[in-house]
Amino acid sequence: MRVSTPHLGNLHLTLEDLFRRLGCEYVKPPPTSTKTLQLGAKHSPEFACLPLKINVGNFIEALELGADTLIMAGGHGPCRFGYYGIVEERILRDLGYDFEFLMLEPFGDGKRAFYRTFAAISPGLTVRKLWKILKVSFSKGRAYDRLSKRSLQVRAYEANQGDTNRALKAAEELLLLADSPEEIEAAEVEALGLIEAVQQDPERDVLKVGIVGEFYLLLEPFSNFGIEEVLGNMGVYLERTVWVTDWIAPNRNNYIYGYPKKLVKQKAAPYLDQNVGGEGQETIGGIVLFAERGFDGIIQLLPFGCMPENIATSIIPKVQRDHDIPVLTLAFDEQSGRAGMITRVEAFYDLLRARRGSRAAIA
Amino acid sequence: MRVGIPRSLLYYKYLPFWKTFLTRLGLDVETSPMTNKQILSWGVKVAENELCVPVKAFYGHCMALRETSDAIFVPRVVSVEERAYTCPKFLGLPDMIAAVAEQLELPPLLTPKLNQREKPSEFKWQLINFAREQFGLSRLEAVAAIEEARVAQRRYQESLVRGHKPVDLLPASRLNRTRFRPPGEKRKRIGLLGHPYNIYDGYITQNLIARLEEMGAELVVPEMTDHHVLMDAATDVPKQLYWTYEKEIMGAINHWTGNRMIDGVVYVLAFACGPDSLIQVLIEHRAKTYNVPMMSLTIDEHSGEAGLVTRIEAFIDMLMRKKTAA
Repeated sequence: MRVSTPHLGNLHLTLEDLFRRLGCEYVKPPPTSTKTLQLGAKHSPEFACLPLKINVGNFIEALELGADTLIMAGGHGPCRFGYYGIVEERILRDLGYDFEFLMLEPFGDGKRAFYRTFAAISPGLTVRKLWKILKVSFSKGRAYDRLSKRSLQVRAYEANQGDTNRALKAAEELLLLADSPEEIEAAEVEALGLIEAVQQDPERDVLKVGIVGEFYLLLEPFSNFGIEEVLGNMGVYLERTVWVTDWIAPNRNNYIYGYPKKLVKQKAAPYLDQNVGGEGQETIGGIVLFAERGFDGIIQLLPFGCMPENIATSIIPKVQRDHDIPVLTLAFDEQSGRAGMITRVEAFYDLLRARRGSRAAIA
Repeated sequence: MRVGIPRSLLYYKYLPFWKTFLTRLGLDVETSPMTNKQILSWGVKVAENELCVPVKAFYGHCMALRETSDAIFVPRVVSVEERAYTCPKFLGLPDMIAAVAEQLELPPLLTPKLNQREKPSEFKWQLINFAREQFGLSRLEAVAAIEEARVAQRRYQESLVRGHKPVDLLPASRLNRTRFRPPGEKRKRIGLLGHPYNIYDGYITQNLIARLEEMGAELVVPEMTDHHVLMDAATDVPKQLYWTYEKEIMGAINHWTGNRMIDGVVYVLAFACGPDSLIQVLIEHRAKTYNVPMMSLTIDEHSGEAGLVTRIEAFIDMLMRKKTAA
């Protein structure tokens, strides 16, 4: 059995670990590229959101590599994501591929179905064993997230451009080899050490920017043209609202992000007191939280036509006025280009700089 | 107090219920005019660029009510059946309008929240609380108002099932009126698929209904079929849909194709409509499997009349020839 799933940021590192423990072969789709996106966009409905198009591209490339079982996460709405799997399966079958398709529905929607999906790819799996495996792999996923969170902050201060990237790569490799829970813990300490060891310039005057928006766009650097790295290289300290392990964790305490969902919802309530699916409320709540902490600006990322984010975008002007914080909204689709993103980000950076200058002058 | 109901979105589904209910609360009910150039351009100007055209039009309808109404009715319709939602945009609609209310000088909004996702009976309590808190009605009075509204809604739905279209029944829908019909033998049964707020809004879809009928279409619309039949037919998908209105569309195409009720389908979808962008794949597959010709019409605020007419003419011509050839 050759199992594959679509890419999502660094999730493949965790999945590699998970599938090895489950004893099945993991066909890692080739890294998402322009070709992947073109393949996906060609076969997907025109105004389906960007993540679906990239997913389809990933699946096609994985099938070409010989994958015979595809797994896709599910959900129960109201965002489109929960129905992605069904549509993707239909598209791939219409293209003539032959494969086994498994939808992994959230644990909360049925424990038995959740277990069966894993049992289908790993014969002889018991519930107890699955739980144990998930726990270890998940802790590894947490470690990856903590590393990338720290690297977002260190990059703003790095003395030599590129050092953080190299350190992060080495750190991730260290974790890759760790097996037992103890080893993972030890590897994480060592890996974090590597990132801290990056030579920093503490004197640098950095801007603080919060990144909010739709989860795929925040987690997958390909889809946003590596906006975090671009900003980091300009010397911008970054925090973001969505992390992959926060998102798949059974509780919503958001240990990586730092603010539990309940608090985020409370902050969003004056503007959007209703879960609209996706990250709609998290985006609004995130802006309020960042603004309260004195961030210089916010960047919102979304795939073109994303319903929950469009609701948030419609409300943002009011949040922006009330909290006096600039927000840059960037929507991406298969037509977007890197140069366009960079121009807008640079202009936003200049605006934030000027704003800080004029504020200092008044004070 | 005069309360305005925007003639947009769920107006086409629930007007009889809302109107009766609000009247029983002692309110003077008015509806905004039919969508026109002014209304749509207001909406396009204010609303976020990426929203679908019916939601943009909704903004315009709220603007149209601001002179004459003391309040605007923008209910938050989260769910109308168990384990399902409406569209996310309906969930956030009151917040979206509230975010621009100050800037546009809109009157206060009435935004009862209706959510039957967990428990269908909740709906009644949500309305009772709304009537008690906002208008000081007693529980009994509120229950009576709901009952009367339900009767009005049932009567409306019964006439729909008897073959009337929402545009034939709702007050003053002058647009979309068919002026003549070709003789019977020259007609083709065409399923007109899509959200009621698109296909029955004569301005947004440029009199599509009248045009199709004048070209010789015998229209079949989802509203003509009993809701339960549609919902049953909608279960014929690999995973249950969690958007009620998309379920109706899916149910309609399954029902029509399964019972050989139509010669062709015209599927109207708004540009950037989220749920439709996905079920489109399933609908096209279904039509293909059952060998029913299908045309998808994507509409937005820039759609031109000529493009639409050319496409439906070509489609109808194709259907006519197909039947003669067979």
